[in-house]
Amino acid sequence: MSRNARAVGDSSPFVLAELMAWIKALGPYRWASNRLRSRGMTGRTAVISVPYLWLSLFFLVPFLIVFKISVSDIRLGMPPYDPLITWASAQVMELKVNLGNYAFLWEDALYRNAYANSILTAGISTILCLLIGYPMAYGIARSKPSWRNLLLLLVMLPFWTSFLLRVYAWIGILKNNGLINNLLMSMGVIDEPIVMLQTNFAVYLGIVYSYLPFMVLPLYTAIEKLDLTLLEAAADLGCRPVKAFFKITAPLTKGGIVAGSMLVFIPAVGEFVIPALLGGPGSLMIGRVLWEEFFNNRSWPIASAVAIAMLVVLVFPIWILQRVQGREMGAHR
Amino acid sequence: MANARQDHRSEPWKDPGATPYVRIDKITKKFGDFVAVDDVTLNIYRGEIFCLLGGSGCGKTTLLRMMAGFEAPTSGSISLDGVDVTAMPPYERPVNMMFQSYALFPHMTVQKNVAFGLHQDKLPKSEIDARVAEMLKLVRMEQFASRAPHQLSGGQRQRVALARSLVKRPKLLLLDEPLAALDKKLREHTQFELINIQETLGVTFVVVTHDQEEAMTLASRIGVMNHGEIVQVGTPTDIYEYPGSRFVADFIGSVNMFEGRLIEDEPDYVRVESEDLGGVFHVGHGVSAAPNATVWVALRPEKIHILRDRPEGEGDNRVAGVVSEIAYLGDQSIYLVRLAGGRQVRVTQPNILRQSGGGRISWDEQVWLTWDSSSPVVVTQ
Repeated sequence: MSRNARAVGDSSPFVLAELMAWIKALGPYRWASNRLRSRGMTGRTAVISVPYLWLSLFFLVPFLIVFKISVSDIRLGMPPYDPLITWASAQVMELKVNLGNYAFLWEDALYRNAYANSILTAGISTILCLLIGYPMAYGIARSKPSWRNLLLLLVMLPFWTSFLLRVYAWIGILKNNGLINNLLMSMGVIDEPIVMLQTNFAVYLGIVYSYLPFMVLPLYTAIEKLDLTLLEAAADLGCRPVKAFFKITAPLTKGGIVAGSMLVFIPAVGEFVIPALLGGPGSLMIGRVLWEEFFNNRSWPIASAVAIAMLVVLVFPIWILQRVQGREMGAHR
Repeated sequence: MANARQDHRSEPWKDPGATPYVRIDKITKKFGDFVAVDDVTLNIYRGEIFCLLGGSGCGKTTLLRMMAGFEAPTSGSISLDGVDVTAMPPYERPVNMMFQSYALFPHMTVQKNVAFGLHQDKLPKSEIDARVAEMLKLVRMEQFASRAPHQLSGGQRQRVALARSLVKRPKLLLLDEPLAALDKKLREHTQFELINIQETLGVTFVVVTHDQEEAMTLASRIGVMNHGEIVQVGTPTDIYEYPGSRFVADFIGSVNMFEGRLIEDEPDYVRVESEDLGGVFHVGHGVSAAPNATVWVALRPEKIHILRDRPEGEGDNRVAGVVSEIAYLGDQSIYLVRLAGGRQVRVTQPNILRQSGGGRISWDEQVWLTWDSSSPVVVTQ
């Protein structure tokens, strides 16, 4: 490369390289870099440590605080819980760990039902999303390449509007004097409004509607990668199309199915807004219980225990996800 | 290579009473306005290895895919062993295909891949196991039965794909560029293995290839395709020695093509005057063309003798030139000889004697080219 071209075209990397060479020549830089390297600290660890630092600061530390609150006693005042460590006298430190909050969660049917109901609701919603999302993703992945980006854009389009607004919009659609009921009544199909708002139906509808894109996108990626000649090979060997779907397409897009299901299931378990706005008294979900414990009962320790228990419930599916994904990575080069 | 084998083979296509096993009747396939396969009629006989040969986009793969049932013909019909299969979906046809990409199922082991087709027929497990084992033994892959496809080399995958497509004992096996993904040495070896397996099992093969050498080695007959049409069908010898058109002569092997004018037309010989050549061809076979018609003479490079001295006497089939290029390939040498009119002629000579410096023909040397009157082929189109 000529000196001229370097000066004009790649001026900034060139300058940067010069600068780096200059810094590297400095004594202090060399000293610091050697010291860090002797402790196993290279550029690579420095890069990796950034997300680790982020996660420990904004996930691990808050988690520990919440865990601490969950094992303390409730009290009136601010903050509304007893400290874990108190000084009985000048030398005696008292550590009080109250596991009663967790025992309470287990004993009270309200919480057990809320957990069971959350998992059930999230599970059914996930299956519904899968049943709706798979054909959608399949259709997009098999459409003309020029159409695909447009269709994907349409899947993601709702994200342009706030999640909360979209859920509120459903109230307007579903309520007794809302869009659907007014339309049906003006057409004379029904005489009385159908009660849809504040039912489980509305909760399922809300969750499926809100989380469908999270199902479609990973499924699309998985299906798009599927080699169509494999389906031809299956047909050639005497396999009918429906069977070929279950023998070839489904197993080879398993990664997408699992990822999509987790992306729907995990947030749906802890969902608060949708059951609060669209659900009725029957649709008791753990997110709502948590909210009520925290803001209505002002019982921070119970609310924290609810949160920690929910996390434990959710760790299991995440673990399955990681295992499946790990295996996929190993299997397909 | 292939010719010796054909001598002890029956040649059913020469017998007018023989019933074709695969009958392709006036098949046309259009994709929108594009005609991929244009009114092809073809008969393939039981036990043949039939090669469809042509450049990319000539319609050979489309024709194969219609035999497999992946594409529905726009018009025409295909029958196999007396049964019309034109409208039969691929999963019902007694036809199997070996895909160019092999299309092995990545989530199944070698054993499961091969067993897949048999499972579709709901055969008892013991029979499936026995047939899979037998097939894996035939392709020498029995010790790899529990491997996943991505743990195999290209050649091993090719053999698994072959086993999978043969295990159902199809009436017809379609092979789409079966050896294209293998390197040269392995390809040559595998060609003969394919022939052996075909002879052991007696399955009828239809092979699609763009590689003329592969077609020559494998085929009992070759169908040369161009622009969706079959331009010539014949044994490898027919296709090479008696090409019916300029396209076939040019596509198979290398050839020197001279344009000329028919000046003498007798039943057992013709004479063609060619400005290109700057001389007269005396061709030892008759031609069905009008006198003075423009014809083309195809002359294979290896059929030309290159001489230092002027051949004795006067006559046709001789021309003088100057050596402009020499390529020494070890087993043979290629000479490019420029004729007086400026035309380059390609000549290949086997290096029968070990070459040692002096004595051989060199650059810029004046040489004479001659050939036997049985060597050139006159084509009219």
